[in-house]
Amino acid sequence: MVNLHVNGAPVSVPEGSTILEAAAAAGIQIPHLCYLKELNEIGACRICCVQVEGEKKLVTSCNNVVREGMQVYTNTPRVRLARRTNLALILSQHNCKCALCVRNGNCQLQQLANDAGVLDNPFPEDLPSARQCEWDASFPLYRDSAKCIKCMRCIQVCDKVQGLNVWDLAATGGRTRVDVSQNRVITQADCSACGQCITHCPVGALRERDDTAKVMRAIEDPEVITVVQIAPAVRTAWGENLGLSPEEATVNRLAGAFRQLGVDYVFDTSFSADLTIMEEGSEFLHRLKAGDLARYPMFTSCCPGWVRFVKSQFPQLVGQLSTSKSPQQMFGAVVKSYFAQKLGVPPEKICCISVMPCLAKKTECDLPTMKGDSGCKDVDFALTTREVVRMIRAEHIDVAHIPETPFDRILNDYTGAGVIFGATGGVMEAALRSAYFLVTGENPPVDAFRDVRDSGLAGERQWREATFEIQGTPVRAAVVSGLGNTRALCRALLNGQVHYDFVEVMACPGGCAGGGGQPIHCDDKERAFTRGQVLYGLDQGMAVRFSHENQDVQALYRDYLEAPLSHRAERLLHTDHTAWDMP
Amino acid sequence: MNRLVIETPDRAQEVLEGLYRDVQRRVGSSAPGLCPVDMALSFLRLCHAQTCGKCVPCRIGLGQLAKMLEAVLDGEATLETIDLIEQTASVIVDTADCAIGYEAANMVLRGVRGFREDYEEHILHHRCICGLYLAVPCMSVCPAHVDVPGYIALVKAGRCEDAVRLIRKDNPFPSVCGYVCEHPCEDRCRRHMVDDAINICGIKRYAVDHAGPIATPPCAPSTGKRVAVVGGGPGGLTAAYFLTLMGHKAVVYEQRHKLGGMLRYGIPDYRLPPEVLDKDIQYILDTGVETVLDSTVGVDVTMEQLKESYDAVYISIGAHDDKKLGIEGEDSVNVVSAVQMLRGIGEGEIPDLKGKRVCVIGGGNVAMDATRTSLRLGASQVTCVYRRRVEDMTALPEEIDEAQSEGGHILSLHAPARIERDETGKVTALWAQPQIISEVGRDGRPAPRPAAGDPVRIPCDYIVVAIGQAIGSQYFETKGIETKRGAIQAEKSSFVPGSGNVFAGGDAVSGPATVIRAVAAGKVAADNIDSFLGYQHTITVDVEVPPPQLTNSPACGRVNLVSRSIDRIDGDFGLVTKGMSEEEAQQECARCLRCDHFGYGIFKGGRNIKW
Repeated sequence: MVNLHVNGAPVSVPEGSTILEAAAAAGIQIPHLCYLKELNEIGACRICCVQVEGEKKLVTSCNNVVREGMQVYTNTPRVRLARRTNLALILSQHNCKCALCVRNGNCQLQQLANDAGVLDNPFPEDLPSARQCEWDASFPLYRDSAKCIKCMRCIQVCDKVQGLNVWDLAATGGRTRVDVSQNRVITQADCSACGQCITHCPVGALRERDDTAKVMRAIEDPEVITVVQIAPAVRTAWGENLGLSPEEATVNRLAGAFRQLGVDYVFDTSFSADLTIMEEGSEFLHRLKAGDLARYPMFTSCCPGWVRFVKSQFPQLVGQLSTSKSPQQMFGAVVKSYFAQKLGVPPEKICCISVMPCLAKKTECDLPTMKGDSGCKDVDFALTTREVVRMIRAEHIDVAHIPETPFDRILNDYTGAGVIFGATGGVMEAALRSAYFLVTGENPPVDAFRDVRDSGLAGERQWREATFEIQGTPVRAAVVSGLGNTRALCRALLNGQVHYDFVEVMACPGGCAGGGGQPIHCDDKERAFTRGQVLYGLDQGMAVRFSHENQDVQALYRDYLEAPLSHRAERLLHTDHTAWDMP
Repeated sequence: MNRLVIETPDRAQEVLEGLYRDVQRRVGSSAPGLCPVDMALSFLRLCHAQTCGKCVPCRIGLGQLAKMLEAVLDGEATLETIDLIEQTASVIVDTADCAIGYEAANMVLRGVRGFREDYEEHILHHRCICGLYLAVPCMSVCPAHVDVPGYIALVKAGRCEDAVRLIRKDNPFPSVCGYVCEHPCEDRCRRHMVDDAINICGIKRYAVDHAGPIATPPCAPSTGKRVAVVGGGPGGLTAAYFLTLMGHKAVVYEQRHKLGGMLRYGIPDYRLPPEVLDKDIQYILDTGVETVLDSTVGVDVTMEQLKESYDAVYISIGAHDDKKLGIEGEDSVNVVSAVQMLRGIGEGEIPDLKGKRVCVIGGGNVAMDATRTSLRLGASQVTCVYRRRVEDMTALPEEIDEAQSEGGHILSLHAPARIERDETGKVTALWAQPQIISEVGRDGRPAPRPAAGDPVRIPCDYIVVAIGQAIGSQYFETKGIETKRGAIQAEKSSFVPGSGNVFAGGDAVSGPATVIRAVAAGKVAADNIDSFLGYQHTITVDVEVPPPQLTNSPACGRVNLVSRSIDRIDGDFGLVTKGMSEEEAQQECARCLRCDHFGYGIFKGGRNIKW
């Protein structure tokens, strides 16, 4: 332990602690902005500067470690002046029209400026020109150069966690700015559209393309039947920025909010997650038997960020992807065929809207391959959880007091297996539960495959692995989340260092619960794990926990699809990953 | 009222003079990779502030140029703006009355022509094509990218062994480099902005001099692959060292009786004592590098045999042949090349120069070595004849100073014209044509031209020619390896195109360079040979670098190494420069700004724990 004083108060902290951590241990919060623990400890904003006795200059508290006997002062006139001046300098290069920003009220810069009581800025505004802010607004990821404070977090999260190096510094000297790396534009970059840069941006420089207005137009149009599907992971987070406790923020309350918004039908994507399991599980057993997986495993394909990643980074592995569409797309395909038929309306009349914890889903639903026979898009709009929260706020819906409502009929049943899709390892676990049944004709113990779950602890490897026996056949499974980890796994597979039969990949660390479309918080805490635990809790409490026992899925096969991998199922629910190109 | 007064600068002027010196140092330590347009604009603004205001082109024109450059940088300009910049700058060059104006415009003009692409990129795509790649200046500029701040911090912490281990991650010749590295790392040292560069080389020498024995790192499991290395100099041994650590079997073929190449046969003992060199070589051999000495490829073993019996071959034969002056009498007795003389001494053939008058021709480090060696061999008089000025010599300034203080005489601005000999064919004099320093050439160096007047006679008994080395690549040429003026043509990966499994690097490819460049070439070759063999080994070391002090020391002088006093030069081949004392090393280490932690280094490129 190292003993020091912060503002005169003694504190003991483990060796190697930063001054910032030591101050926090003494109950003193040092304001900071660019700092993101373990990812961005670069002292760029200089907001966290403190005075240390015996040192000539102020020092950053985020990346300097404590020494025995150190005397730290966080609130001297010198520190206050430095903090205020640097804050004012940052504000001079930030578009401060907060009322016009999605992060208004949820912005670390705004909070710092408010806390410091900054009412005017002695420095004139110095924003990039409109030309320098040019951005292709059709891409799901939107960037506003005039709001970027060059904290470098987006660069770091993309480099260190996702390993894609999409962002970098561009230009030099006073004109240094953050931009797409290697002088590319975003539409030419190999961006997975995972959206982790958005959720780690402390301000509103990065956000999703806003599709809420288009969705509202559809809802307002009396000729259009709006059908909403809500992804499993959304229920873990949608209430966070609406002041709801996790217990209050149920998926059925969200369904109630959608009804209040005027949506015609509300469904749960967990239904099509169960459907995905039927198709993907059957496909896996088929490919395993056919010897297709002798060298490389079959990969899940429900994460579009991963699909984009593998297409650009490991094209040689694209053939190993499951051809099954993702639950989002399967839902859309079923709505625009089976459901439309049941309603007796042409599919063009239906607008299918998905609510996803994800940014890449916006790219997925726009793919040329994700269309039905009539040429209709399976899913018309994919909204992020954040966009839905904005729509709820725009309508002034009092979410705490609206009733929880059930999902609409004929596609409303879902199982615990479908719900855990939203956590890393969930797809694998759900698939194995049903694969076991498909092979043996009987259910396994329901928690037989829990070894693929995230323990919340860092393992020896960058991924988790487990081998299960199904009727004497060992199935080697691996689960990975985060694209940096995924790259390591792909390399190990290609180098022959590891062999698996079935691999689940989620682009976002912790899976969809930590998705790039989820609510953002100023406290910088990673919430994927705790949100994921909510899903496992829900699964635990469900009466039905096997996808193959989903009544409505069974009816769908009986009435329409016949069987998994049938001709119609192949046409509607499977896709060709090679029929479109990544930049 | 006095008609004349003593003029003294006022306080503002004095401060400004200080600022000029600071700016000079600061510009000198600019990181490569800065936007040339932005820098051109900044220089232009400085120039514009210098204008006296009398003439139109300078007073107004430079200001308008600055506005246009700014528009380019802001992405507000069009391609026509470049033409207008060029046109306006040409007119200023043509019509400005004094150098303040025309030289400023000339800078802009050179830029707009020299990096037009950068201008266009800004205009067309609002982007800059350059990028800051100099995260930690010393580390990036070092050809082998040695972790300089890391080992300085370790020396400061008294952990010299760890410092040496950290250096060896990138460079297996820490001792040699501590003594004779040309230390390009110091050129861009950010400490220049405060006072002066850190004496990095001196600190490294302190580390190697004070480190105890260090066990060799473990090698990766054997791959069963075999690599032949042709030439046991610094480059070849570096490649062999890293390849061995990677688990491959490296066998070094050395044509001489001992390993070390130019380090042993080119650098005199008073600069690099043989025991220092042997220390590094023994460490390399201890990892399991195999050697075949006294074996010349092309005589004792053929290239075909090597290519056949090894999975890959690395050619690192260096540049050991001499270059000829091409003047009359060059074939006289007692005319030798410096390479020949120094190699002979390395092999124990000491020429007898007792009481002889020696002329050394050349101005590089080798010429200084020849001068100082001749003095030590008892020459009564040593004259170093050089066709340019002393300040144009390519030898390190400290080498020139040493040579002069040891009694060597430098005769600058004299070009050798012919060599006079007696009837037995022995040298009697060097005739040299006096030169006048003249126009600056395309390389930016002032070139000499013959001055009016007749050649002068410099009586002498011995002439050492030190005008550069050539590469003895003839044999390899006959084996289908492409060369260009002797230099082996290899890709940047060191692969020799079309050769199947041959790589080449070091002086044999680049032409005569430095130890650290040979080491860097060996490192690059090891990495690419490893990939070629189908592996991706990484080289790392488990040394934790201590955290930096929180703020830096005030401006402080740089500790330079001092030379021991030499009473009688004749026969004294002992080491000349003395290493730092502990006190000096501590102070010098404390000057390091720790660019790995402060500035860009903590964001990107501050520390590569493996390669």
